[in-house]
Amino acid sequence: MTRSRDDGMFRFTTAAFAAVVLLIVIAIGVELWRQSFLSIEKFGLHFWTGTIWNPVSGQFGALPFIWGTLYSSILALIIATPISLGIAVFISELSPQMLRQPLTYLTELLAAIPSIVYGLWGIFVLTPIVRKLELAVPDPLKKLPLFSGPPLGVGMGTAALILAIMVVPFTSSVAREILKNVPMAQREAAYALGSTRWEAIKVALGYGKSGIIGAVMLGFGRALGETMAVTMVIGNNPQVSASLFAPQYTMAAVIANEFTEAADELYLHALIEIGLLLFIITIAVNALSRLFIWSMQKRTGRTVILRPAAIEEVAA
Amino acid sequence: MRYATRRKIVSRVAEALCAVAVLLALLPLVLILFYVLKEGAGALNLAFFTQMPKPVGETGGGMANAIVGTLILIGLAGVFAVPIGCLCGIHLAEYPETRFSSVVRFAADVLNGVPSIVVGIFAYGLVVLPFKRFSAIAGGVALGLLMIPIVVRMTEELLRLVPSGLREGALALGATRGRAVFTVIVPAALPGILTGILVALARVAGETAPLLFTSFNNRFWSLDVTQPMASLTVQVFTYAISPYDDWHRQAWAGAFLLVMIILALSIMARLAVRRLERMNRG
Repeated sequence: MTRSRDDGMFRFTTAAFAAVVLLIVIAIGVELWRQSFLSIEKFGLHFWTGTIWNPVSGQFGALPFIWGTLYSSILALIIATPISLGIAVFISELSPQMLRQPLTYLTELLAAIPSIVYGLWGIFVLTPIVRKLELAVPDPLKKLPLFSGPPLGVGMGTAALILAIMVVPFTSSVAREILKNVPMAQREAAYALGSTRWEAIKVALGYGKSGIIGAVMLGFGRALGETMAVTMVIGNNPQVSASLFAPQYTMAAVIANEFTEAADELYLHALIEIGLLLFIITIAVNALSRLFIWSMQKRTGRTVILRPAAIEEVAA
Repeated sequence: MRYATRRKIVSRVAEALCAVAVLLALLPLVLILFYVLKEGAGALNLAFFTQMPKPVGETGGGMANAIVGTLILIGLAGVFAVPIGCLCGIHLAEYPETRFSSVVRFAADVLNGVPSIVVGIFAYGLVVLPFKRFSAIAGGVALGLLMIPIVVRMTEELLRLVPSGLREGALALGATRGRAVFTVIVPAALPGILTGILVALARVAGETAPLLFTSFNNRFWSLDVTQPMASLTVQVFTYAISPYDDWHRQAWAGAFLLVMIILALSIMARLAVRRLERMNRG
């Protein structure tokens, strides 16, 4: 009798704490909306299409930031995806057993280095290197919109590179987990039909396709919200440009730089509205990536365990 | 025959490219660690740990206030996040299959994916606005929010590593669920959970963005948690974007210290988990 009551108490108490986690996520959304309504009401949809950001005259158009965030994240994805998949394939399919653990650990270590350290390294080491590369771009290529503008070093290209480095551990760890969950029989069947090793790997990748897409999207979600390292190398200039050389700005960076300077309420609400959009986009991207991974899970009937990177270090 | 050879070559090339991908990812890791070591270790001295920042223009000085500030901030974060995170993790481990548990697990994943700068805005609205002042408490809350999902998942996973025989034994002896969890299962996983918490602390100790407008920064010695407080990361940021060479030097020293703390804790955590796994097998 008391035993079942005790068990109920235990269940209820721990559930209450679990509910707090749920409440926090809801509260973040509500709070962001509450703190940005001035800007939402005043500008409506123009906020998202306006290209002029001038706090002094009270003009707030967020398009350059949205562009900067999406462009830098997509560029980072283009660089990081092949590398991440290569790492996942190497560790789970090709590497000698002995190397697996250390390689996993080392790639995870990339996720453990603080953003600010990436930023510091970006300013003093990567930026000068990128500037040299930009100077080396031959003149005919400079006519392309991708390489137009003066070679400053800081700008979209450097930001995309830093982001790519930071995203690799996230994508590769999920992709590795996906490959681990592809049934061995898939590869064996391929070998039995006379496949080479690479062809068998392609079969495994094909089987895990939706999971792999989920892994890539997870990396995308990371890149969208990354703040410090990008702020330090992207140049912080609100403009919509396709050039890799151009100093641009991202949503997270403008919040980091201008939040404490926002003197009037409208300015603050405009910045928080950018935060609200960032919150919605990252949730959508993360949820979508989960859906892809779940559909992979249904197929194999095995649970793909997704861990925050910090845990990967401990439990790997 | 020629077709078969071509396929073999393609296979070899693709395999080699995968190995190249690993090297490409390890290259920045090595470069970053190399520069942090080269620029940072040399800049580290006793003054860095014991002295306050010097006024603009004077060389020397240290980050004593920022080091203590970071410790206080992650302490506050831990006080806030560990009870919620651990109890939530216990619930997920004990009732893994319920609908509520999968919703909470999803919420924890969402929270883990929310950009830290957005969490900073939330903490700003929650703590800074009502009290009309930047404070260490606000910074601690922001870091705590970032810690919670890590602690939740860490606790859940480590509790699941505990051999089921231990739980069954406790229940067979007539222990209630709560008693079995708190006197048998949690103690068995405790070394892992504790080091897991340390890793989570190290992780949030490296956060900068959510502190910029919560704990802000402070050039003076302060232990008052209702006042703005300096932190290693914000100080490194301030110094990194400054035009002074001596400040750059100190920024590298700060980065070196951060990386060392994180490496040490992550190695400790791995050792603890190894032990737990051995216990699980043996």
